Amino acid sequence: MPVFEYAPAPESRAIANLKDHYKPFVNGEFVDGSGEPLKTINPATEEVLAEVGTASKSDVDTAVKAARKAYGSVWSKMPGTERAKYLFRIARLIQERSRELAVLESLDNGKPIKESRDSDVPTAAAHFFYHAGWADKLEYAGYGPNPRPLGVAGQIIPWNFPLLMLAWKIAPALATGNTVVLKPAETTPLTALVFAEICQQAELPPGVVNILPGAGDIGASLVEHGDIDKIAFTGSTEVGKAIQRQVAGTPKKLTLELGGKAANIVFDDAPLDQAIEGIVNGIFFNQGHVCCAGSRLLVQESIAEEVLEKLRYRVSTLRIGDPLDKNTDIGAINSAEQLAKIRGLVESGDAEGAQRWTSPCPVPDRGFFFAPTVFANVHQSMRIAREEIFGPVLSVLTFRTPDEAVAKANNTPYGLSAGIWTEKGSRILWMANQLRAGVVWANTFNRFDPAAPFGGYQESGFGREGGRTGLEGYLNV
Amino acid sequence: MTATTSTPAAPATPAPLVDATRDDASLRRFLLGLPGVDQVGVEQRAAGLGTRSIKKDAKRWAIDTAISMVDLTTLEGADTRGKVRALAAKAVRPDPERQDTPRVAAVCVYPDMVATAVEALKGSGVHVASVATGFPAGRTSREIKLADTRIAVDAGAHEVDMVIDRGAFLEGRYMAVFEEIQAIKAACGDAHLKVILETGELATYDNVRRASWLALLAGGDFIKTSTGKVSPAATLPVTHIMLQAVHDWHAQTGELRGVKPAGGIRTTKDAIKYLVAVHEVAGEQWLVPDLFRFGASSLLNDLLLQRRTQVDGHYSGPDYVTVD
Repeated sequence: MPVFEYAPAPESRAIANLKDHYKPFVNGEFVDGSGEPLKTINPATEEVLAEVGTASKSDVDTAVKAARKAYGSVWSKMPGTERAKYLFRIARLIQERSRELAVLESLDNGKPIKESRDSDVPTAAAHFFYHAGWADKLEYAGYGPNPRPLGVAGQIIPWNFPLLMLAWKIAPALATGNTVVLKPAETTPLTALVFAEICQQAELPPGVVNILPGAGDIGASLVEHGDIDKIAFTGSTEVGKAIQRQVAGTPKKLTLELGGKAANIVFDDAPLDQAIEGIVNGIFFNQGHVCCAGSRLLVQESIAEEVLEKLRYRVSTLRIGDPLDKNTDIGAINSAEQLAKIRGLVESGDAEGAQRWTSPCPVPDRGFFFAPTVFANVHQSMRIAREEIFGPVLSVLTFRTPDEAVAKANNTPYGLSAGIWTEKGSRILWMANQLRAGVVWANTFNRFDPAAPFGGYQESGFGREGGRTGLEGYLNV
Repeated sequence: MTATTSTPAAPATPAPLVDATRDDASLRRFLLGLPGVDQVGVEQRAAGLGTRSIKKDAKRWAIDTAISMVDLTTLEGADTRGKVRALAAKAVRPDPERQDTPRVAAVCVYPDMVATAVEALKGSGVHVASVATGFPAGRTSREIKLADTRIAVDAGAHEVDMVIDRGAFLEGRYMAVFEEIQAIKAACGDAHLKVILETGELATYDNVRRASWLALLAGGDFIKTSTGKVSPAATLPVTHIMLQAVHDWHAQTGELRGVKPAGGIRTTKDAIKYLVAVHEVAGEQWLVPDLFRFGASSLLNDLLLQRRTQVDGHYSGPDYVTVD
């Protein structure tokens, strides 16, 4: 048997321009936060990458004041054509610094460089380009002749797509004339602080964008701050509910983009090999740390065995390891805490009688890694079919008829995304109408575009990000 | 790294596959019943695998493996015995200054040049492959196709590259295509049969999959993309589909069949993309000249140049490799 061993092809970490210390960004300057500094680590090695200054409650107040001042005196008054120039400039700077951002993202988050390089960073730039286009055309967006911004937006983003989620939040807010105070996730603050440098490079007026690293308590201070007009949160359903309770009874507007347990539905007339690719992409992209991951595979019973066999072979070819290696398909789990959560849920799958298969691929002995796992014989009554695992773990269920597929797919408190695999066009349209999910992909999965609105039903949240629809969350309509 | 399917090697062709070829209607049902191919998906997968970064030892290994898989080809109206002898010499000693360079797998010529090639390659271990069956169009009678095959085999060809009747395939006369491949296979005797699908004329990926299975059912030892005379010739997505077909064939029957992309593969970079596809789509087992070939002419010199670059640490330039 010949051996084609891919030699390591690592991207140099020097490209990330990693500094020892990073600071919060308030009113156009990097300032010493008065919070307790945190250490951010590389989840692939567990080494400390950098120390990051954090905000305290009083820093939140300072940042909101700066944002309010920038909103009142500069940003809300500026013509859309001028705002667009800043957004275009930011988009171009993201492109210019794309390698640096990609390497830094992989170091801090643990995702494979091929994803940060080919997906996260280009899509982040695309969001700024797209929204730059809207900035001077808001009167044609369908929200009246002169739609007005809301004011100051408090934005809280998760650790799974640190830069991309920042782009999803900041681009539409700025395009519509709002100013922002953004809190990146505790474990992944670095690319957001490089983005702050980009704001300086773009000569964005001080206070339009403020970035405050910190933990959940700083997020909470931001949510309860009296002078904020809008809260946008992406993260767990649990935190989302707490935010909704806090905001209730105040005039603050709210959009939530929360968890999911998406059904990826494969019919017996699906393009099988591409369906396998879609299943793999749906659950193993970004180690499964994706709110819209296709974590529940619903496969027609008549082809279940064949699909499982093909799937296991395909999954066994996935390469898990150093996120900076260009040949790595699956990187590191973002934190020890997340790894423990995944392990706990996988144990529950074993205990409840699902049939576990783990890829035989070698797994690094340092860092937080979890080998791709597929559970067969899963039923709706098991935890692994109902709870979001947020890791490289797929639960496979079967169905008999299209109606049953719909019933099982919709039988979840979530509703963020769904996938349909069939060569029958009429069935795609029928299914898409039946599925209660914000995004329905047909014969593909995890495709994103700034022009396509994204968001959820039920416990997956409300409001949309992206597209014309996404502008609404930042306009006074 | 090793990944094998859990299917045991089946002793005989499984019943569904035997039934598939019982008559025209069953064959049509079987081929039309194969899972479709989603164009976007297969192209995305091919592009994705194309971003593998093959460096250092892996690159050296891949270059040598690719050289050993080349079917060094000349298929011109202007071919002479001198040209064929020169090509044979190149096949045996691709880089005369570096004796550790592997030999290519075979030299591929028209039937009337087979005797010359056999003579020139005697004892070298390099095979002689011959195109036959009214190559490249195949628009001629069954008798002539069979005679063409016999002429090549009688002259000593170890391998025959036939073309399928694309006209019959596109008319939906699958049984006619099937029987013709079987007849040619019988005429080959001990020679191996490579079945050229001419994917550039089949128009859809679904057809590529159907034609692949048709050729496998009919007993082709290899399925080959193209004659090289039609554009587009070999592409990565098409090769992906064919590699998937031989992988699935092995899973169902336990038999190992080969794949040969031909036409348009000119650079080491491209060849390595194909090897990555072989490795990850079909499986590691297929990374041998018995199961994978490149139909190529100019590719060999680029492989040799890149091989020198790997060994010497600098690029030598086209004057340092032989032009035949």
